[in-house]
Amino acid sequence: MAISFTLNGKVTSVDVSPDMPLLWVLRDTLNMTGTKFGCGMALCGACTVHINGEATRSCITAVSSIAGKKVTTIEGLSVDGSHPVQQAWMEEDVPQCGYCQSGQIMSAVALLRKKPQPTDADIDDAMSGNICRCGTYQRIRKAIHRAASMPVSKA
Amino acid sequence: MAIVPVLNRRDFLKTGAVGSVALVIGFHLSPSALADQAAEQEKKIPNPLDAWVRITPDNQVTLILGKSEMGQGIMTALPMILAEELCLDWKNVKVEQAPTNPKVYDHGTGGSGSVSGSWLPMRRAGAAAREMLITAAAARWNVSRDTCKAQDGGILHGARKNFLTFGELVSDAAKLPVPDFKTVPLKNSSEFTIVGHDTRRFEGRDKATGAAKFGLDARVPGMQFAVIARCPVFGGRVKTFDAAKAKAVPGVRDVFAVDPVAQGAFTAGGVVVLADNSWAAIQGRKALQVTWDEGPAVSESSASLRQQFVDNASKPGKVVRNDGDADAAVSAVGKKVEAIYELPFAPHATMEPMNCTVHIRPDSAEAWVPTQAPQWAQEVIAGVSKLPLEKVVVHTTLMGGGFGRRYQADFVMEAAQVAKVTGKPVMVFWTREDDMQHGFYRPASYHHFTGALDDQANVAAWKHFQTSTSIDAMWSPKGQETPENSEFATAAFIPYHAPNYRVEYTLAKSSVPRAWWRSVEHSSSGFVVESFVDELAVAAGADPLEFRLRHIGDDRKIPDFTNPKENKPLDTARLKGVLRLAAEKAGWGKPLPNGISRGIAGYYSFESYTAAVAEVSVKDGAVKVHRIVYAVDCGRPINPEGVRAQVESAAIYGLSAALHNAITIRGGRVEQSNFNDYEMPRMAETPKTEVHVIMSQEEPTGIGEPGLPVIAPAICNAIFAATGKRIRRLPIRSEDLA
Repeated sequence: MAISFTLNGKVTSVDVSPDMPLLWVLRDTLNMTGTKFGCGMALCGACTVHINGEATRSCITAVSSIAGKKVTTIEGLSVDGSHPVQQAWMEEDVPQCGYCQSGQIMSAVALLRKKPQPTDADIDDAMSGNICRCGTYQRIRKAIHRAASMPVSKA
Repeated sequence: MAIVPVLNRRDFLKTGAVGSVALVIGFHLSPSALADQAAEQEKKIPNPLDAWVRITPDNQVTLILGKSEMGQGIMTALPMILAEELCLDWKNVKVEQAPTNPKVYDHGTGGSGSVSGSWLPMRRAGAAAREMLITAAAARWNVSRDTCKAQDGGILHGARKNFLTFGELVSDAAKLPVPDFKTVPLKNSSEFTIVGHDTRRFEGRDKATGAAKFGLDARVPGMQFAVIARCPVFGGRVKTFDAAKAKAVPGVRDVFAVDPVAQGAFTAGGVVVLADNSWAAIQGRKALQVTWDEGPAVSESSASLRQQFVDNASKPGKVVRNDGDADAAVSAVGKKVEAIYELPFAPHATMEPMNCTVHIRPDSAEAWVPTQAPQWAQEVIAGVSKLPLEKVVVHTTLMGGGFGRRYQADFVMEAAQVAKVTGKPVMVFWTREDDMQHGFYRPASYHHFTGALDDQANVAAWKHFQTSTSIDAMWSPKGQETPENSEFATAAFIPYHAPNYRVEYTLAKSSVPRAWWRSVEHSSSGFVVESFVDELAVAAGADPLEFRLRHIGDDRKIPDFTNPKENKPLDTARLKGVLRLAAEKAGWGKPLPNGISRGIAGYYSFESYTAAVAEVSVKDGAVKVHRIVYAVDCGRPINPEGVRAQVESAAIYGLSAALHNAITIRGGRVEQSNFNDYEMPRMAETPKTEVHVIMSQEEPTGIGEPGLPVIAPAICNAIFAATGKRIRRLPIRSEDLA
């Protein structure tokens, strides 16, 4: 059965089992591997995407539930890494192994959309669902503050 | 009596795979045979303009990385060394992973040894390439070599202001004889413009855009995906299985058993569910019906293991070291301090679960592996496919964390076994539950310390009895185990004056697999040594920093008791240096904000020196770590930014094990399964971490791991300062703080 949704601005249609999590549709059906698998239980945040602008864990989101909705993945933030949050990530040299960072960035972008000048407590709340085993949290926090201080641009 | 190292990680990393006949012989080579082997290696020095530096006519320079990048930053640091000697503009440099070829590259990545092991070879390779390019330019211009110099990615001839890019010279240069690596002139360190300067990681952009490809991201046309149902009990095997329901899941292609592979790969074996995509494989396995022959390990539990520990501790162990007469000193002297410390099994818990993609064809094989040991992956696949090594192409991918777990070959062996059956490219991947429950854990250990202070309140006796599940007992060939070798490290040559110093060990038997976890035995030794010296300081009524400095004493070099042949002693001046610097930057001795207490720890590991001061508060049975101030001395830092990042990383990794989580065993299986019952530290509890890097001129040494051993003792020493309660068991539990 075909399920249609908008993916990074393009209408996309997939013919998969309706209960297949969006994570695997992205990674296996569409070969978009920027969104990562970490736990399969929405505990680690590596699979974070935006559904209609909201940060969502794609590993527990059945693809049938996003029919007709707008999905944005890490690949859709920019064509060239120019999104302010990505720029801030690079300037602060945030990633180490990098595996969690797609999810971290997607969560951070969603936070900044809601709270363009987040406090440390806002950051704690919004980012607590994203695990980093390499321990880059301190730099993630710094990068979010840095992105918040950049000139506003259409993201 | 010195410990004779039969297996330490250095040897293991040098010789590669365990279990192959060649390796077993390698462990017991005589010194002269080892020297011959080294000489043999020297003869095969490859052309640096082939192996290390690729230059295209349009002057694009690509540096080749022979080691594995797992976040520790060597994809940046090692090419920086090459780029320095080649006088390149770092902005224009590209880096590429080397093809797996152990004849040319020393691939094994671990032991915090990449920078220290590559420093001289990379300098020589870069310098040799530079000299060849200079020779080519001088010939082109018909001038003397002395008038030419490398600069900005080309060769400059000063007098006539001629400049030729490397791109214009490389085809001539590559044909020239390779200079003798032993005598090729190296750049003067005073002229370094790249090494020693903060440099952002090379692949940072890819990691911020989702473009970076990890092992799990391998995509090959026609590939299949598989998961394996493994017996949850260690050592258990498949008894029966019914594939009918699994095969009925859409997308599932096949279901079959694979045998466990023992020594070396240590796979569990199990039932493979092969499918068109990852989700179908996972769902297929859920529908699979398997009965297990659980085997004898089912009787093992954390409780039964602890009973073994307690029983072992009630009897003398094998004497590892015995200076003076510790028993007599303890009986004779006034103040005695006794402590029992306990540490649990610890999993690696990399964010990217284990996986490996293999394609075995009739005449060749290809694999995409997130591995710290590409050479071992290649051997395993060659063995399963019965192909010669040269026909097995192993692509080392980026990996979502390594920490030692990806040095193993189990996940490679499984993928090779499945690939052999299917004949198609196949990715065998692990779910989080698989990863949590089928690891190679940091050993569980139990330590009984007895110390005594003389009437000057100086340490008179230091007795350390350890019993643990031992890494060596699992990995050394049968009959050649020396289980204590993998369990003490610096704990067997503490920097503190203790005239009566005894170290003993007894092996505890366990079916739980063990191997190298970030900082290995230092993760336990650091905790127990730096906790016990703190307890002695408290008993002496002394300041913990002052007590340590006084007992470290004068500047001297203490031989590494566990590895005297390697001549890499503990330099007490450098240890005191990091202790003093961390204390100074943390304001040790100065008034603290309300409710905050400080603890300190300093330690030598991987030839580097680290010290940490932790600031904590304890309230309502919970500890909050507010701030950690580190000082580190890892010799000349190649990339100080990278050094700081690694220490920040080790701090969180160690904090995780100190504060949160443990692997516990019941019925011969791991009780934990995912991040709900194995909690990880999150953003909100990250302490403010400051890292002060000593800009040393000593030879570069490791930094991936040395930040870890000091974090747990610094925190626990701070908890004692805050509450008067001594934490001797990790992870810290709220009942220990109540």
